[in-house]
Amino acid sequence: MIDRADKPLISIRDLKVYFPVSGGSLFSRSQRVVKAVDGVTLDIYSGETFGLVGESGCGKSTLGRAILRLIEPTSGQILFRDRDLAHLSKTEMREQRRHLQIIFQDPYASLNPRMTVSQIIGEPIETFRLARGQAKRARVQELMELVGLSARFLKRYPHEFSGGQRQRIGIARALAVDPDFIVADEPISALDVSIQAQIMNLLDRLRREKNLTYLFISHDLRAIRHVSDRVAVMYLGKIVELADGKTVYSQPLMPYTKALISAVPVPDPKVEANRRRIVLEGDVPSPINPPRGCRFHTRCPYAIDACSDVEPKLVQIRPDHFAACIRISPEQPDIERVAPGAAPGLWQHTAGPTT
Amino acid sequence: MAEIGTNGNLLEVKDLRTYFQTEDGTVKAVDGISFELKQGETLGIVGESGSGKSVANLSIMRLIPEPPGKIVSGSVMFRGRDVLRLSPREVRNLRGRRIAMIFQDPMTSLNPFMRISKQLMEATQLHLGHSKEKAREHAIEMLEHVGIPDAGERADSYPHEFSGGMRQRVMIAMALSCQPELLIADEPTTALDVTIQAQILELIKRLKAESGASVILITHDLGVVAGMTDHIIVMYAGKVFEQAPTTELFERPGNPYTRGLLRSVPDPTAEQGKLYQIPGLPPDLAHLPAGCPFAPRCERAEEICRQEFPPFVQLAPDHHSLCHFADEVYAQSSSEP
Repeated sequence: MIDRADKPLISIRDLKVYFPVSGGSLFSRSQRVVKAVDGVTLDIYSGETFGLVGESGCGKSTLGRAILRLIEPTSGQILFRDRDLAHLSKTEMREQRRHLQIIFQDPYASLNPRMTVSQIIGEPIETFRLARGQAKRARVQELMELVGLSARFLKRYPHEFSGGQRQRIGIARALAVDPDFIVADEPISALDVSIQAQIMNLLDRLRREKNLTYLFISHDLRAIRHVSDRVAVMYLGKIVELADGKTVYSQPLMPYTKALISAVPVPDPKVEANRRRIVLEGDVPSPINPPRGCRFHTRCPYAIDACSDVEPKLVQIRPDHFAACIRISPEQPDIERVAPGAAPGLWQHTAGPTT
Repeated sequence: MAEIGTNGNLLEVKDLRTYFQTEDGTVKAVDGISFELKQGETLGIVGESGSGKSVANLSIMRLIPEPPGKIVSGSVMFRGRDVLRLSPREVRNLRGRRIAMIFQDPMTSLNPFMRISKQLMEATQLHLGHSKEKAREHAIEMLEHVGIPDAGERADSYPHEFSGGMRQRVMIAMALSCQPELLIADEPTTALDVTIQAQILELIKRLKAESGASVILITHDLGVVAGMTDHIIVMYAGKVFEQAPTTELFERPGNPYTRGLLRSVPDPTAEQGKLYQIPGLPPDLAHLPAGCPFAPRCERAEEICRQEFPPFVQLAPDHHSLCHFADEVYAQSSSEP
């Protein structure tokens, strides 16, 4: 388990990633920005799996990539071993990438189709001059076995593998440099159910064996709950809730988190039949012009006027449980008690006769 | 058209086989599946990629590209007539009018260059003989019905102006505009975020209840079928591995593959720990092993499984499993809490 007395392995401070987009018509170009990540602060401790969950467009992948500087942060700090990654030169950052790796959703798109598996896994070993010749070949074989691929596949090309096997190749490549920290960006989303379990178990075994730390990014709440020690929920560029995985699921504070969890279909017909589901109205607003105040207020059934003015800060509501909502407080953490009946029609029965 | 038989079946698929000729040899994508669908029922077809679940439904709709594909045998009785023997004109009349489909990606079904109103009007003008005015009125009504805000104004938008969830609503409006008797939904929510998925599933449920249509829901997500269906078919390697009423299938699975699938979905309410995993990979359909296609991955497999194709064992009046040890697996599931 995580020892919180330790210093965090990665500390992110007020990280912002803005993308310019050209707006307006062809003739009146106004520069607008997408605030993909807008002031995120969090600590990731050595040895933990930190889960980052949210819907598409919430900025979770951008955040993961910005930590590795695959996308340049606009401002803020990324502290890793007393260095601020956000302010390293390109050369200095390249050196650091030995310690920080990434696994992608679509291993096919991220593996060079013209390289054999042995070249793909061997490339980072060469780049960082970790081994050569026979030693390198031995290392590649060792990595393949580690991720459960037979060494007889060494000379094959990515297209000869299934999705799950390609993900194993991606994992082997990430591990080739003996990293400390891995961003796993939707690593199982493109895989079949039976293969998802294999990859989740593999990642978990490797974390324990190699003392790795993960930032596990996914839109899949079931997977996030299963793999994560702590979970952060993102909405439109901001972290809105943060706690250990079990707490986020069993006692969510934020109306958004509650809606997300209640929307996940449960593979049990009896549970589904009696379940009360929060069905949110509408879509996620555009990050180009996010709502003022709390970004969720346009869809939040508990919103009051102040929610469209005041930007809520992520504060501790219960021990080690943080949320960004002006309507709840340590004294009264339960939104339903703060605003009883504030959401008529919000709770819908998913089955049974309608009255 | 003939009426529904005394057995109440709207659709009866018997021994359907759809094969594809590839460089690698013959791929038996669907290999002898049979099922029935009663009027007003929802059937879930569950399987992983390559299981044949989508090909089965494209076959029912006669949408298999020939070549390389070919429906080599079987019958698809829809209201007593065999869809596989209808003329191309009769099939076109059936599709869109009496049987409608929605797909994972609405953009593959929506014409990006045509206003949404126009696309919705086409179907009712063609199939129901609506006048232009009537068709437009009906189109806007349908858009309102599926929850498009300001339907009157937004009807003249193009598909790209809508979000993914809204496009899926448009496609549902389109599919339902001729009041079909059967709706086939192939992974209708897979590309959507979870809160939008919940909206769309609720919508399909509501519309089904209102219209009394039958639904075939194809998905890889056991959670989605749990809350939506009456019966479930589990497919693997082109075969029906198990079929049962939904509650029965989840509570007393009689096939090792179904059991494995159910156990490999993380349970958010359970403690963490090692997740059950089905070992190995789905088979190469062009080179299936002898015996049971699941045997190389099956924890219960014995010698007989690697040599003889398993029987389709009846476990309860409505419950069948393709397994040499179906009775034993069923008994085991039944004894567990």
